[in-house]
Amino acid sequence: MNVAASQPLLAAEDVSITYSAGTRLVTAVSNISFEVQPADRLVLLGPSGCGKSTLLKAVAGFLKPSRGRILLDGTLIQGPSPERLMVFQEFDQLLPWKTLHENVVFALTSTGRAHRREAKELAMAYLGKVNLAPFAHAYPHALSGGMKQRGAIARCLAMKPAVLLMDEPFAALDALTRQEMQRELLALWEEIRFTMLFVTHSIPEALVLGNRIALLSSHPGRITAEVRVEDAWQSGERKAVHRSLHDKIQEMLFDGALDYTI
Amino acid sequence: MTAHSTTPSDERGGLGDTLDLSAFFRLVGEVEAAPPDQAAIANASRPLSWWRRQWRRLWDTSSVRKAVLLLLLATAWHLYARHLNNPLALPDVLATARALWQEFRSGELPLRILMSLKILFAGYFIGVACAALLSIAAMTSRLAGDLLETLTTMLNPLPAIALLPLALLWFGIGTFSIIFVIVHAVLWPITLNVLAGFSSISPTLKLVGRNYGLSGPRFAARILIPAAFPSVVAGLKNGWACAWRTLIAAELVFGVSSGSGGLGWFIYEKKNQLETDAVFAGFCTVIIIGILFERCVFYPLERRTLHRWGMRA
Repeated sequence: MNVAASQPLLAAEDVSITYSAGTRLVTAVSNISFEVQPADRLVLLGPSGCGKSTLLKAVAGFLKPSRGRILLDGTLIQGPSPERLMVFQEFDQLLPWKTLHENVVFALTSTGRAHRREAKELAMAYLGKVNLAPFAHAYPHALSGGMKQRGAIARCLAMKPAVLLMDEPFAALDALTRQEMQRELLALWEEIRFTMLFVTHSIPEALVLGNRIALLSSHPGRITAEVRVEDAWQSGERKAVHRSLHDKIQEMLFDGALDYTI
Repeated sequence: MTAHSTTPSDERGGLGDTLDLSAFFRLVGEVEAAPPDQAAIANASRPLSWWRRQWRRLWDTSSVRKAVLLLLLATAWHLYARHLNNPLALPDVLATARALWQEFRSGELPLRILMSLKILFAGYFIGVACAALLSIAAMTSRLAGDLLETLTTMLNPLPAIALLPLALLWFGIGTFSIIFVIVHAVLWPITLNVLAGFSSISPTLKLVGRNYGLSGPRFAARILIPAAFPSVVAGLKNGWACAWRTLIAAELVFGVSSGSGGLGWFIYEKKNQLETDAVFAGFCTVIIIGILFERCVFYPLERRTLHRWGMRA
């Protein structure tokens, strides 16, 4: 156990991100540290505006931390790379001028992961994994929101990235579709065992998807607690643990304001 | 813990309640479906009669509707011309058609069309190439982008024809002056559209491109240009119309030497000879070529790209 933990796959060390908005300097996140082991499903959970998406963008390499550093396999992250692929919340992340299949092939060939023939087969296989095989040759505009997100996930997974970064990918979906997508994502994880960093503001989603949850406070974003969810499930009956975890997290995130009025 | 009974199930993932709430659920047995009334169904959707089907199909075609409208406009023109009864001011449709046919058969009109199209294509393609080069430059550096934006703002409102005196001064009377003016007419509207297209690309798509390792020219070719394609096509169409307009206007202002002018010169000449029906035939030719180009080049291009991708604004 200790040997495996000696060098984490992904590590954030004392990361702060500051950006200038007009005439003021805004600190989005400050003094963040976390580690991700292979096949981890770490959820960054916090209220809107706590800087969790900004943090994820820094891991993706889209922006540089103003302090601290982020390491992948011990190497400093210095820019975007297909090693760290992001699934966005927006439905327009698939290239509209390419079919689903071409979108995945595009990813594989433009990064040199595979030659055309091989890429075509791989793309088909991964679209099958997200149940989109019948729609492989449809253009994105003809697909529903859930299908577009599944396509984006397939495009990322086909690349076999070291870390899959998910920026509230299900937030714009209706509640039923969201639950379905969460189930499918877990099934995919059981099959492929990818490593995932997932950002959300939904406590139930975090509980379903994460084996660990990092709770973030806002203004500026700080990690206030880390929950070992997978271990917590062992401590009792699932429903009871779920309720207790939910309430405890709610309390920590929103200062004990438990509000069940509709 | 009774407060939990009102928790929305969605918020809690459908888990967590241990209370027996079955008293609040009234189970409803399956309703047995009544056998469908075949007669009512048959009555509700009858096939249309053959005639009405054909009519529907015709009328649902936009080109058919447009042809009918054109016919109506032509009829109105014809009736008014007949009422006016002054062929020198306004020839009727038949006279115009006759003139068109005669000028065509005599070989004069085809020659003029050829002259015009040669200059038009030269000017158009040089303009498009310049627009492409400038847009690429604008993509690669911020300063070049600013420069291009400033230039476009300055020069787009300047009517191309206003440059004609200058062109004559620089290049003399001849084809080159007209091409110069057409390039000016084409370049700025296209650039304006392309720049607008680039600035309206979704930030997510740009991040996706960078995430998959694209940068520099590959990023431009595989993300920026396709994403801005709707605006590029709009710019090309707009530029085409500007080129036509400018060409005809320029030819009206000065006849190209040794009688080798194009359609604009043809119109000007016929006006001098008071052959109004031939003047109208010239107008019709300009219009017909415009429509043909739209239907044969831009329409198929849009069908094959923007319609298919669902990218039409």
